[in-house]
Amino acid sequence: MTVADTRARNLSIPAPSQIIRPALEGAKETMVLNMGPHHPSTHGVLRLVVELEGETVVDVAPDIGYLHTGIEKTMESKTYQKALVLTDRTDYLAPLSNNLSYVLAVEKLLGCEVPERATVARVLLVELQRIASHLVWLGTHALDLAAMSVFLYSFREREQILDIFELVSGARMMTSYFRVGGLAYDLPAEFDAAVEAFLQIMPGRIDEYEALLTDNPLWIERTQGIGVIDSEAAIALGLTGPSLRATGVAWDLRKTMPYCGYETYSFAIPTATHGDIYDRYLVRIAEMRESVSICRQALQRLRDLGPGPYITPDRKIAPPPKSEITHSMEALIHHFKLWTEGFKPPRGDALAAVESPRGELATYIVSDGSAKPYRVHFRAPSFVNLQSLPHMARGHLVADLVALIASLDPVLGEVDR
Amino acid sequence: MALDNATVLARLQAALPDAILGSSEFRGDLSVYVRPERIVDVARFLRDDPELRYNFLENLCGVDYLGREPRFEVVYHLLSFTNRHRICLKVGVSEHDPSVPSLTELWPGANYHERETFDMFGIKFIGHPCLDRILMPEDWEGHPLRKDVPLGAEEVAFTFNQDRIYAHKPFAKE
Repeated sequence: MTVADTRARNLSIPAPSQIIRPALEGAKETMVLNMGPHHPSTHGVLRLVVELEGETVVDVAPDIGYLHTGIEKTMESKTYQKALVLTDRTDYLAPLSNNLSYVLAVEKLLGCEVPERATVARVLLVELQRIASHLVWLGTHALDLAAMSVFLYSFREREQILDIFELVSGARMMTSYFRVGGLAYDLPAEFDAAVEAFLQIMPGRIDEYEALLTDNPLWIERTQGIGVIDSEAAIALGLTGPSLRATGVAWDLRKTMPYCGYETYSFAIPTATHGDIYDRYLVRIAEMRESVSICRQALQRLRDLGPGPYITPDRKIAPPPKSEITHSMEALIHHFKLWTEGFKPPRGDALAAVESPRGELATYIVSDGSAKPYRVHFRAPSFVNLQSLPHMARGHLVADLVALIASLDPVLGEVDR
Repeated sequence: MALDNATVLARLQAALPDAILGSSEFRGDLSVYVRPERIVDVARFLRDDPELRYNFLENLCGVDYLGREPRFEVVYHLLSFTNRHRICLKVGVSEHDPSVPSLTELWPGANYHERETFDMFGIKFIGHPCLDRILMPEDWEGHPLRKDVPLGAEEVAFTFNQDRIYAHKPFAKE
């Protein structure tokens, strides 16, 4: 593998023009292949410019931006509450994680307290979200490697999670359920039973997926030793999430820089050692099991807490309940002020990072003291993780590229924002 | 072991006093204002110092403070895995010469962040291997996240106005 040897330590991330231009000028012997943006295995509208020597990848340059919708710009023209719905639309496979990162950043700016019940519900829901997102990853990843049945099983369980989301928020995907200061509505009465039913069946279902894949010789042949990245290269390239943990680095923000009281839950950070596709698979499967355990703990906490406030009582941040508006003039004024003008955080900037299913998702907000954010920036894990693709792909076959994209689990809505 | 902001700042100021312009703390987060030409030195010191070890470039983005001098600000967030601590570096960038040294030599992963910041604000990163546009089309004029670019300025082509729009936007039709 001469190509692999010479490029083993090459951490460069080429832009498409760096491959296309020399090829057009005829300066290279290699072939340039265009893959995507309408390719079923690119998980959205990702285009790859691939430089090939025979069937071996010499270099690859992701070309992104096909789904750029200017979300960061649009948020600057909306009030803090109204900008929240846009966060669902970045990573559409984990909208609640995006909601969480955004509301944590705004709450940090405001210095706002969140009721215990809301925090526990948030933890429970983002962990369900993590399972749902990993299930899409698992199904599509297996589908890309021609294992059709896993897809059907994993989407069956994902549907059950989406039903729970529909129960709490009214929407399956674009939930917008978290609000600055708490939750949009209280959890419905049926919530407990629905989550309980899901937690009962899920561990057995994860065993089923594992029975299909973990010892499957075809699966192992396509994934073991492919796309290896070591921890040093992963950190240099900004890789986070399960892909980083598969290289042996136990870096999970839920444990290392806890938020939402994650330090009070007992769970492990699954890691692996080889940093190949197979290890990323093992880490994500183990993470689903840990998430089930966190959900169970959170559900028990909700039961122990009993009914209570689900959003901050601060009327300058969260609107009063409807029952109060019909009786109190002051409540009506608060409601009117919040929905016409919004709240005004003090001048300053804040960054809030959460561990989304894909890696570290951070929201950076600059406030100029007005009711609209001056600048919002997302440190999108899919966007940053995509930088590792060239390093992982060099020296492998075109067919492995398909598996590599799936193993990084990028969501193009989040890559392009 | 947890680091506190005062220790980090003192250590940084002792090592590179001429590179630091000031610092601030908001909601427990430390921000340090750095001289643009010294950003690589500061970042290298923070990364390689045996006690601080900010080994991870977490985030890099631009902010446009229109009407202020310097107009732009490039914001870096570094993370230390060993100390579990975050530091924010800020660099002012003037409008007439919007350029800062690139961090791609220290962290190859700064590549996409810097391309995005260039694309959105027109800030040039000196030493970047290939500072192409990343999210916007390559024939786009201007930098959309600048505050003087209005929201919705892009014309949408319909049958009645497509000839006029395509005349100055050849790429859109291809």
